[in-house]
Amino acid sequence: MTAPRILLAKPGLDGHDRGLKVIAFALRDAGAEVIYLGLRQSPAAIVAAAVAEDADLIGISVLSGAHLPLAEQILARRAEQGAEHIPVVMGGTIPAGHAQALREMGVAAVYPAGSLLPEVVDGLLSLAGQQHGTVKAAAGDRGDLYALYAEKSPRS
Amino acid sequence: MRYTPKSLHDHEPGVTPAATEPGVTPAATDPGVAPAATDSGIPVAVVYTADDLPGGQEALARRLGLPGEPPFTRGPYPTMYRGQLWTMRQFAGFGAPEHTNERFRFLLGQGQSALSVAFDLPTQLGYDSGDPMAAAEVGRVGVAIDTAADMGDVFADIPLDQVSVNFTINATAPIILATYLVAAERSGVPWPALTGTLQNDILKEFLARKAYRYPPGPSLRLVTDVVEFSSRELPRFNPISVTGYHAREAGCDAVQELALTMASAAAYCEAFGARGLDFDEFAPRLSFHFATTLDLFEEVAKLRAARRIWYRIATERFGATKPAAARLRFFSGNSGTTLTAQQPLNNVIRSTLQCLGAVLGGAQSIHVMGYDEAYEIPTEEAVTLSLRTQQIIALESGVTRTADPLAGSYYVERLTDELEARATAVMADIDALGGAAAAIEAGVPQRWIAESAYRTEQDIASGGRPKVGVNVYADDGAAPGAAPPGFEVDPLVAGQQAERTRARVAARDPQPHARALSRLADDTRSDRNVMPALIDAARAGATVGEMAGVFTAAFGEFTEPAPW
Repeated sequence: MTAPRILLAKPGLDGHDRGLKVIAFALRDAGAEVIYLGLRQSPAAIVAAAVAEDADLIGISVLSGAHLPLAEQILARRAEQGAEHIPVVMGGTIPAGHAQALREMGVAAVYPAGSLLPEVVDGLLSLAGQQHGTVKAAAGDRGDLYALYAEKSPRS
Repeated sequence: MRYTPKSLHDHEPGVTPAATEPGVTPAATDPGVAPAATDSGIPVAVVYTADDLPGGQEALARRLGLPGEPPFTRGPYPTMYRGQLWTMRQFAGFGAPEHTNERFRFLLGQGQSALSVAFDLPTQLGYDSGDPMAAAEVGRVGVAIDTAADMGDVFADIPLDQVSVNFTINATAPIILATYLVAAERSGVPWPALTGTLQNDILKEFLARKAYRYPPGPSLRLVTDVVEFSSRELPRFNPISVTGYHAREAGCDAVQELALTMASAAAYCEAFGARGLDFDEFAPRLSFHFATTLDLFEEVAKLRAARRIWYRIATERFGATKPAAARLRFFSGNSGTTLTAQQPLNNVIRSTLQCLGAVLGGAQSIHVMGYDEAYEIPTEEAVTLSLRTQQIIALESGVTRTADPLAGSYYVERLTDELEARATAVMADIDALGGAAAAIEAGVPQRWIAESAYRTEQDIASGGRPKVGVNVYADDGAAPGAAPPGFEVDPLVAGQQAERTRARVAARDPQPHARALSRLADDTRSDRNVMPALIDAARAGATVGEMAGVFTAAFGEFTEPAPW
């Protein structure tokens, strides 16, 4: 089987990358292919990289409060590049009201501050796995990934 | 090659005497029992006795000294809080300059004794409010400053010769200092009267905080320019605050925080010395910045150990001869990462404990987090409560009555020794990599921090690290982020601020402006100190983006290497 490919990036100028790196490590340990773009990425660059890398999911982290305008721009670039099949997921310091607005805008899932690691990783793997299975019919059994993840986390 | 500091999480059995004593309980698996090791993994015995103090009382007395006396373990000043309370310095800033001015005057009216400015990300990185790079971020995490006139507006009706001001600014620290000096000049306050602190610690930006812009070499040169200029012109101002806080917040433990702070301070002192600055002259104005998190006794021990380690570095490595040059003074910021979005009122209790730790550790100034800070910029109510927390500890709890009240506690002294020994071992690891600057450039401590953050999240997920309201005593079905009414930055700020700057740029005299920028470009490319040219440019109405652009043209920009 092949592993789902998850692209992680921080748009805008915010440097708080603790959360995104934790997610990157956890996804890597759960067997996903992680494409870590890192800091200060423009919405256009994020979407272009996701298309070029054949990503199954775009994971975005914002802790500066700029999540609404940045999500809007990323979703707009995604539409322009005909990449609407790639789900966009956001995490960060996102108030409850804004999480709802983000979902209505087209963000597939939102993980505000306080989300626990297994919940986030399961959610990302599930969404990426669905996408991976749809686009790549021979992608194999996503259940294997869950088994691997269950062995590794939470750490005993 | 993957590098793990061997002195931290996988210490050998028997290294720590306490670990081998009978009665030590294994790490807790039951969430009802607190773990039997400190936050940084130091095993803790059920009870400590005089046998835990190597060399007995006499040796202990030598390691401690008296408050205000070498090696300053017990505090930098003889009378500590009996002589003067710490400075209550709540970090604030948002929106346009006038919004921040309003919050500052509110805080001063509530009895706060000094100011601490938060800048928005475009200002921290050198983009004007109208720059496309700034688009979504103007006025969000701090105040937007485009020109010296904006800085004047931030401090309108605030007497700068009477209020000490802290600036959390790094990549653009020399530029922001220039705008502040021009604002002071315009309000009639002479520079030597200014008191406060410029963070100006670029190494920790590469390490943890990530608001760098220029590559490490030129960045270190700018830091040194500021310190050199300040040592001549700003006798009461601290031109750098060496900071372990952000590495800690990004995920490392107390031992690593201590080691990284000390190693960075040593790297700066090497650079200042290479510029020809005399250690005894600049070192008394060095300031430090630590996190104080929830592991109360370990944090107190860390802060006491920090003073002792710095005394040793200052005297042994840099040959300090004045006591003030070897005396560590610090600002403590409470930890935001220990706060939770779930059951946010619990954060009031967490912040109180952290503030108490900073006080028992002998802090010179303290910031207490707002209880809502896990999910938003603090509301006025939350900020006031943080200030009241400090005031209650200062005035009602009685902990300020005597200097270093925990001295002589078998446990605290044992932990202080242990933190000192472990941090010294990690510093040796950093020295083996070529010192803090080289280690950070190679990305090594960044990996320690990221891996440690990952372990912490795994421990919270598994329940090994109890978090009340999160993995124990959680509310059923309470969604994180379900929060009380929040704080919102006015969405019109970005456009208004950009427009104001456009008008000011249109109104300035073009010739002095052009001359000043050209001089700045010359001085940047030569070895001359950039501060005089920056001040000239700020006087002539140059924007932060223009001045930062001169540096970008000369230095280029830095991109971080991959995390693994």
